[in-house]
Amino acid sequence: MAGCKPQAEMAGSKKTVKVSIDPVTRIEGHLKAEVEVKNGVVTDAHLSGGMYRGFEQILRGRDPRDAIQITQRICGVCPTAHATASALALDDAFGVELTDNGRIARNLILGANFLQSHILHFYHLAALDYVNGPETAPFIPRYENNDVRLPKELNDVGVSQYLEALEIRKVLHEMVALLGGKMPHVQGIVVGGATEIPTREALNAYAERFKKVKKFIQEKYVPLIYTLAGPYGDLLKTGVGCKNLVSWGVFELDAAGTTLLKPGVYTDGKDYKVDPAMIKEYVKYSWFEDSTTGLNPTEGMTKPDAYKPDAYSFIKAPRYNGKPHEGGPLARMWATNPELSKTGQNALGVKNLRDIGDACFSILGRHVARAEETALVANAVEEWLAAAQPGKETFVPAQIPKNAEGLGMTEAPRGALLHYIDIKDSVISNYQITSATIWNANPRDDMGQRGPIEEALVGVPVPDTASPVNVGRVIRAFDP
Amino acid sequence: MKDEHMLQDPQQNKSGVTRRSFLKAATGTAAGIGISQVFNPALIQALETGLERHPVLWIQGQGCTGCSVSLLNSVEPSIADVLLKVISLQFHPTVMASEGETALENLYGIAKAYKGRFSLAIEGAIPTAADGKYCILGEMGHKELSMVDVVKELAPMAGSVLAVGTCAAYGGIPAAEGNVTGATGVVDFFKDNTIKTPVVNIPGCPPHPDWIVGSIAHLLTKGIPELDYDGRPTLFFGENIHENCPRLEALDEGIMSQTLSDPKGCRMDIGCKGPNTYADCFKRKWNGGMNWCVDNSVCIGCVEPGFPDSASPFYEPA
Repeated sequence: MAGCKPQAEMAGSKKTVKVSIDPVTRIEGHLKAEVEVKNGVVTDAHLSGGMYRGFEQILRGRDPRDAIQITQRICGVCPTAHATASALALDDAFGVELTDNGRIARNLILGANFLQSHILHFYHLAALDYVNGPETAPFIPRYENNDVRLPKELNDVGVSQYLEALEIRKVLHEMVALLGGKMPHVQGIVVGGATEIPTREALNAYAERFKKVKKFIQEKYVPLIYTLAGPYGDLLKTGVGCKNLVSWGVFELDAAGTTLLKPGVYTDGKDYKVDPAMIKEYVKYSWFEDSTTGLNPTEGMTKPDAYKPDAYSFIKAPRYNGKPHEGGPLARMWATNPELSKTGQNALGVKNLRDIGDACFSILGRHVARAEETALVANAVEEWLAAAQPGKETFVPAQIPKNAEGLGMTEAPRGALLHYIDIKDSVISNYQITSATIWNANPRDDMGQRGPIEEALVGVPVPDTASPVNVGRVIRAFDP
Repeated sequence: MKDEHMLQDPQQNKSGVTRRSFLKAATGTAAGIGISQVFNPALIQALETGLERHPVLWIQGQGCTGCSVSLLNSVEPSIADVLLKVISLQFHPTVMASEGETALENLYGIAKAYKGRFSLAIEGAIPTAADGKYCILGEMGHKELSMVDVVKELAPMAGSVLAVGTCAAYGGIPAAEGNVTGATGVVDFFKDNTIKTPVVNIPGCPPHPDWIVGSIAHLLTKGIPELDYDGRPTLFFGENIHENCPRLEALDEGIMSQTLSDPKGCRMDIGCKGPNTYADCFKRKWNGGMNWCVDNSVCIGCVEPGFPDSASPFYEPA
């Protein structure tokens, strides 16, 4: 159904009510959520990705090096992640090894945007689910019964941090631009490393800006997340999801490929090493030809079929070992299991992320994981700044191979990201992208299993179907 | 005229945050806003004359939200000032609090109430193939609305249309060779559908925030800015990058960059598209003046109508 007003039902209704939210806003992209509500609780959910551009088709026949520029345009919030995945795939195909300074320069570019993306996500996309903005556009209209529970003083803090965060994220983009050329869409990440050899002056300018950012993360963002756990404590218990996680790992710390945030797969309560061969993309309920279902990205095909009956999304349904898996900060932090910030340890009385236990798998748990990851990456940025060597080469020239394949696996702020390139006669013959949102916001697969966000919506309370606040809260906690 | 552009803005609200206290938290006042290096005077004037907020409806087709993110990077004025003092952003999928039918009802409600007086900002290309199914904006009154539907209905009602970014202006990457979605830029779409509303193209992948904010300010104070053959304000897109490049001297001396990380020299031998590109990046620079593409590596001509195909391959030599 469209909208929910006419069919509004209060909690306790025995009737199943369909509630549709289209568009789901404050996300990057076009998404529709349709949930069924019975007795004030979501009993089923369908998530539809409503936009298709066809990057994989557009890339065919082009100079392989152009892929790093073109694929950044998939997402204006996390272009550096696509640049990184594409560059890793090309490094692999071209057979090029980075210099230490090249690797560090890439980390400084990607790292600053990771922080930017997380801060933008919490304050400017998610926060209005918990804080009321002023009574003016774009902060109104909003749901009549929007369940914002903060006392005035705390709400004022939230609003003032919303504004401050606009400045902080802008400063983070200045940091990206110092080495990346400009932002959004950097010029600085290329096959063979990074284009701009850092000068002492550029590193100082980066460090100067970073001080302000780090202070904001430690003193504002992380404490605010834990403060929300007071009035919104019940949101640590709902939005569980499939409880399977994938992380490909990100931020290479050495030539051997050790990463700051660890790779790892968590399925049915057990930890596994990542094996890319276990990934398959299903399209039974996606607007793509049925003949292309069940393929690994290295043999992937993208053939849209916009009129396919029973399909309901332009998002394919990737599965790891045949099961839905969630990606994102929670998956990475679960795989890494670092010590929490002092603020987190004090608030929760536990030491490491996994000590939080089941509460991680919740609306607020995902915000906690994201905030903690922000603090962790901020600490690492400081180390990379110290390790960067002014004037040292960041780029290794390499020839376009006549025929080669390459795989690039990294992490976007919002989850696991994979690029695959197949080069024939020195041009792209196939290019496949399995992005973060594809892992989280996908529809049912051929076996009928819901996607991770669909699954997380089941069981979520919607006491007032005219104001289905918790549906948006679950979706946005994934940062799709 | 000012009053006509003003939207109702109740000062008091339930949470206790008044617009005034919100504004106080935003840095600077209109009169106190500094002038960045080469900023156009129209904006400064717009702010100083205490312009009432102008309704803007911002819709997104086949894009990446990069244009919106770039707008957030506005330095002078800050984005908080743009949102709270210059425009009344009544619809923007990435920013607004509302969602679902509430948001769409507001979109159409404002368009009707301010018919002929609001600006429609379009980000992303318009996919015309498959009955518009490649981009669905939402659902209202049990009816699915595609990007094609919404542009057809709202664009004729708007006083002006801003085609923000290369995708909206010329089709951009979604319209590149190999696409199957019939992705189209705004001007071509208007021609095909005989929509006569004036359009200002603000290309760039993404556009510089000053180009967006400056175009809006010009529109509000002096009307549609002077446009070039490709529909872009000459104020920002009137000069050739190569002819004005600080590295032109290096070319004259025969110093050519040898690799992508070579700090010195003219970038032409490694693929720079500056000679075919018209934009003021060479003097405006990006992200608060931190850097720009040519100093970092090469220009890929992202503001030009043929982008990306006409600029591809981006790098030389093969």
